[in-house]
Amino acid sequence: MIHDLLIAAAQALAIAALAPLVVGFTRRLKARLVGRRGPSPWQPYADLRKLFAKEVVVSENASWVFRATPYVLFAVMLVAAAVVPVLVARPAPAFAGNLILVMYLFLLGTFFLALAGLDTASAFGGMGSSREVAISALAEPTVILSVFALALRSGTIDLGGIVERLGAEPRLAANPAHLLAFGAFFIVMLAETGRLPVDNPATHLELTMIHEAMVLEYSGRYLALVEWASAMKLTLFMTLLANLFLPWGLPGGLTVAAMAGGLVALVVKLAALALLLALVETSVAKLRLFRVPELLAGSFALALLSVAAVFLVR
Amino acid sequence: MLRQLRAALGVGVVTEPPAPASEIEALGVTLRGEIARLFGRSLHIRQVDAGSCNGCEIEISGLTGPHYDLERFGLHFVASPRHADCLLVTGPVTRNMAEALRRTWEATPDPKLVIAVGDCSRDGGIFAGSYAIAGGVADVIPVDAVILGCPPSPKALLAGLLDAMGRLRQ
Repeated sequence: MIHDLLIAAAQALAIAALAPLVVGFTRRLKARLVGRRGPSPWQPYADLRKLFAKEVVVSENASWVFRATPYVLFAVMLVAAAVVPVLVARPAPAFAGNLILVMYLFLLGTFFLALAGLDTASAFGGMGSSREVAISALAEPTVILSVFALALRSGTIDLGGIVERLGAEPRLAANPAHLLAFGAFFIVMLAETGRLPVDNPATHLELTMIHEAMVLEYSGRYLALVEWASAMKLTLFMTLLANLFLPWGLPGGLTVAAMAGGLVALVVKLAALALLLALVETSVAKLRLFRVPELLAGSFALALLSVAAVFLVR
Repeated sequence: MLRQLRAALGVGVVTEPPAPASEIEALGVTLRGEIARLFGRSLHIRQVDAGSCNGCEIEISGLTGPHYDLERFGLHFVASPRHADCLLVTGPVTRNMAEALRRTWEATPDPKLVIAVGDCSRDGGIFAGSYAIAGGVADVIPVDAVILGCPPSPKALLAGLLDAMGRLRQ
């Protein structure tokens, strides 16, 4: 039991510690691709440390929702990191690896962030909330469906089970349907974590913002927690993508050495995905808001085809 | 898409090289040291246009481009005063912007720094005495440093930021 808790804690710690580096590394790669030298990959850690030391300014119209949201967001990401396959294929708690649970943990965070955006009654906050909710409603079925394609092929809905089965039988992964599901999941990752072409993480223009518009009112340690949580969300989505679709290097055993090996494999896979993300973000323009549903419908179609292919291509 | 990526990789980094002779680099590195001492290697700037002709804005946006690349020194422009450590205020303060500027200052969490940019921001510049002008930036909110020039070049802006850091430390 203690052993199980330690593994869950190690996973949460690894995601929390790596998340700012993933964001910083992606920024550095993007800067390089547009001919700049860019900030150091460690810059997000300095930003977080500074924000934790700063004063907090809160609108006098804000309610408890505004104050609670950063903690809810951060807690949700820690729990999600503890139950998905990060360092080991099958983390401890009995409910661990349940796809539905993970999906709705993310949605709980989104729900609170959307409420917080509305809470201070700033015009941009409400606009951001309405866009975020619309996009997550469209992205949610695709996340579920693309993982279902993997679940059908490996015969279990448990994320740990999928990783173990696909890792043991690479023949199952060598399938065009696998690629379709990967594409679908990658597109919803861009939508859910506020990356181009759905949302621009570097924008200063309020009218084009989605995620940023909801957090405009946050400052000091609240902002630090929100930013950290959204970096963790990106890292978690990339981890899911890495470990579900390329399930190699994840240890089955639960020794410290095996987990260290799992961490190395994770860092390599995250770096490769960060490069892919930077390449995509540098080469596409932001989509007009009303074109976003078309992109998400496209990714839903990919996921649907992938599920259908399970029955067609045996 | 591929053509774009090939162009991006072919052109390479156009940011000033880290040669010791480069003044920009020297200024930036010293500035980074000062920021490290005061804000912990991270300074977030909110630019406020209080009635400027946009000359200063063009120079400021030059700082973020590939040539000067201010982000490599740990500086970053943000979208909200709540996220900022430093307000970069340009232009004479017009009557219509005076209240907005005051509120922006109140919305910025402490510790904060106010830097007025351009000749107009000191006393109204060529607009001084106009009925539309409430005065310089210092007439509305407390100012820590003024960067003169009409408009100041990006290099002068970097030097001015450095100067403001030094003054804040004393």
